Amino acid sequence: MATAVAVEGVGRMETAEHELRRAFLAEVEEIPGGKRISRCLQCGTCTGSCPVSYAMDLSPRELIARFRAGDIQSILSSRTIWICASCYSCTTRCPAGIKVTDIIYALKRMALARGIRPSRYPTFAVAESFLDQVNRYGRMNEPRFMLGFYRRAGFGRAFKAMPMAVRMFFKGRIGIKASRIKGLDSLRKIMRRAEQLEIGVEHEVTGEIAPVGYGVVAARPPRAFPAASARTQA
Amino acid sequence: MRYTYYPGCSLESAAKAYDISLRTVFRLLGHELNELEDWNCCGSTAYTSVAETTALAVCARNLALAEQQGVDLVAPCSACYTVLNKTDRFLREQPELRSKVAEALGEAGLSYKGNLRIRHPLDVLMNDVGLDAIALKTTQRLEGVKVAPYYGCQIVRPERSFDDREVPMLLDEMLSSLGATVVDYAMKVRCCGGMLMTTVDDVALKLCSELLQCAVDSGADVIATTCPLCQINLEAYQDQINRRFKTKIRIPVVFFTQLLGLALGASRAEVALDSQLIPFEPALAPLAEAVHV
Repeated sequence: MATAVAVEGVGRMETAEHELRRAFLAEVEEIPGGKRISRCLQCGTCTGSCPVSYAMDLSPRELIARFRAGDIQSILSSRTIWICASCYSCTTRCPAGIKVTDIIYALKRMALARGIRPSRYPTFAVAESFLDQVNRYGRMNEPRFMLGFYRRAGFGRAFKAMPMAVRMFFKGRIGIKASRIKGLDSLRKIMRRAEQLEIGVEHEVTGEIAPVGYGVVAARPPRAFPAASARTQA
Repeated sequence: MRYTYYPGCSLESAAKAYDISLRTVFRLLGHELNELEDWNCCGSTAYTSVAETTALAVCARNLALAEQQGVDLVAPCSACYTVLNKTDRFLREQPELRSKVAEALGEAGLSYKGNLRIRHPLDVLMNDVGLDAIALKTTQRLEGVKVAPYYGCQIVRPERSFDDREVPMLLDEMLSSLGATVVDYAMKVRCCGGMLMTTVDDVALKLCSELLQCAVDSGADVIATTCPLCQINLEAYQDQINRRFKTKIRIPVVFFTQLLGLALGASRAEVALDSQLIPFEPALAPLAEAVHV
């Protein structure tokens, strides 16, 4: 049974959506100039400037419209947030100064924290493998990072990349040896402390995100994204 | 001049040619690049997608270490350049984030005061070194080499930019001052897809095919990039692009520092020409007798 609360400017809103809205606004507050999202004119410059909007289900303009209409759930289960390549064309051109790219980063964080991991848009696999590298070595070793990515996203993808990888290898462009930084311990201390200070860490997550057709197999139980320092024991 | 150098992870492997040629260029021009001791990964775009404060803190360790050196920090990788600058700006503009990150850095006995300039080598070479100084040291003009300058996204957007965001010109100016023919093409700041080549390659292959085709149609024989990820995306996937879009694109993609290095008289090895997947000697045909092919 969905409960509802009244939200100024939006009307009655389901509790789950209300929680998402609170979390989203907390994220937006942390972005310099983030509050300008309220100034959106719905002009569509963002969508027109976006080189990948043709592949999105929600255009960047529509994404902001949905937030206003109180429908963050549909944004988090859209493919849009995973297709953004962060080229910042929208951010540069927005006449209202809205930080569209940074807002999409915030939405990615919210989605990952809630267990949304669409297999066709494996940004989660990039992020996890990347964090793993930073936590293990302090630097990102490209081949190890890619292996970690394939392990999480499926080795079918590796197959396609093989011919290219082989050529890169023979050109000496695949450095297998990972360079571990000397200050790894102190970097991990920094990471652990920062993770504790992260907004959203104390958030009570309520409500599940309904899966939609493309690749979201099932909505996983909401859970926090595992802390990098907790995952890898090097 | 003296600079601190932040190579970034890509320059340790796939983009080694960028690292080698950049060091060569600075040496030949008589400027000092000192690699930042024990730098760590900037966090790239991936970390920001997971945890903002932690991403900023990881990156800020580099800022704190670099600030101690007292000179500008040079970051050649576009992603590093943007992430380092963005972290600096977030910390300056958001007091709450600043105090959280300060607390995290404190765990390692570090602090960042915000007195560091993070710069791209294109900015440094054009604005500190200058075309006059480069001209004086140029021994091999690139006459007849038709080049498409490609800026990509992240050095012109979104952080305080040293060039126009829509129509940047510094790389055009540098290459034409070296004698190269700079072709006029519409997509010099269009996105190559970045990490989408790994996650959603349908989209990235299309972006790259449009970009490459545009450069070829404009008469370019070589594309000069400023970013390791752009370089891989544009060079290494041409076979896949040709199969998918039934095209016959084959155009070398080099780092702008490789071209600059050649103009300054560097040898093949000094600009790591052998690491190209698509050899760019054909583009250098006009200079064939002078460059040791």
